[in-house]
Amino acid sequence: MKCRSCRRKAVTKLRAHNSAFCRDCFLLFFRRQVHRAIKSLRMFEPGERILVAVSGGKDSLALWDLLCSAGYNTTGLHLALGIGAYSTASREKTERFAKSRGLELIVADVTEGTEQRGVSELARRQRRSTCSVCGVIKRHYFDTIAAERGFSVIATGHNLDDEAARLLANVLRWRTDYLGKQFPVLEQREPRFIRKVRPFYLISELETATYAFLRGIDYVVEECPYAAGATQLHCKEALNRLEEAMPGTKRAFLSEFVARMQQRFSGEVERGARACQCCGRPSYGETCSFCRLTRVATRS
Amino acid sequence: MNVIKIKLEPQGKELQMPGPRPVGRLLKELDIVPGTVLVIRDETLLTEDEIVTGGEEIEIRSVISGGNS
Repeated sequence: MKCRSCRRKAVTKLRAHNSAFCRDCFLLFFRRQVHRAIKSLRMFEPGERILVAVSGGKDSLALWDLLCSAGYNTTGLHLALGIGAYSTASREKTERFAKSRGLELIVADVTEGTEQRGVSELARRQRRSTCSVCGVIKRHYFDTIAAERGFSVIATGHNLDDEAARLLANVLRWRTDYLGKQFPVLEQREPRFIRKVRPFYLISELETATYAFLRGIDYVVEECPYAAGATQLHCKEALNRLEEAMPGTKRAFLSEFVARMQQRFSGEVERGARACQCCGRPSYGETCSFCRLTRVATRS
Repeated sequence: MNVIKIKLEPQGKELQMPGPRPVGRLLKELDIVPGTVLVIRDETLLTEDEIVTGGEEIEIRSVISGGNS
């Protein structure tokens, strides 16, 4: 198989783009796609202080690698979630990545704010799924640390597969308020809240994994032990089967939603986030989900 | 030595198949959708048309992650 651009031996085939690329041409193609997304949705400008949420997985480390090698002003934020050996390995890989590139990394231990209780125990106490509780905790820490340390934007490694799976899950149940909130750039109405961006929203998992591999990034290959059976994985599997039969489906599904459909649901969101009465971070109710969660956690 | 050694990650599962075989056929026989994995031999990525011969070792690494979006 030959590279579409230079005719050298290809190392990856991207059916969604009807293309195959050698290492160098793939890296160029990948970077161009991401920079196009950043520019077209005005995610951030050169010089802005960007807090990159890094889990130690392929997507977040690939994002950090790309942004810092493009000269953006980035700092990493890793949350130690207290999920046993998985969290230990994730933290080690993230710290090693930052050290090898001389990058600034903030590590926050979330169990300190929840009386040493890990994500799974909090979920059990709330009778919610671990993934849902994990999301609440992550968002709270991202918002809090970014605001306290003066960052203007938070970048996460959510990719095309994540976003298309989320869209499918929301469409299957017609969660119109959630559809109104799904956009790769989350502008905040209050100036003290931080903008959130997803530069990889049109980049597939195959592409982020290929980029990480070709850049020699040592990422956590193991999956979170609580991810098995999660709704998102069922949606990803269904979309991958469709993608196999009809290449480009995932990208069209999401990009058309972002370009033409999302704004039709924005009216479903009653109002933008306001400040939580307890912690002051963005909340859609009087008290944010994180404060409700920690209230339960601190009960003996 | 006509056997291809395959390591599936992140499951850590190891299995064997007779070689030689093109990568695309290997994936089909294992019921793996090609766009959901990296196929790695000697620190190099393989495309679907590459032939893996007996005695060689490959890693099939899933690219699917998540649980929380």
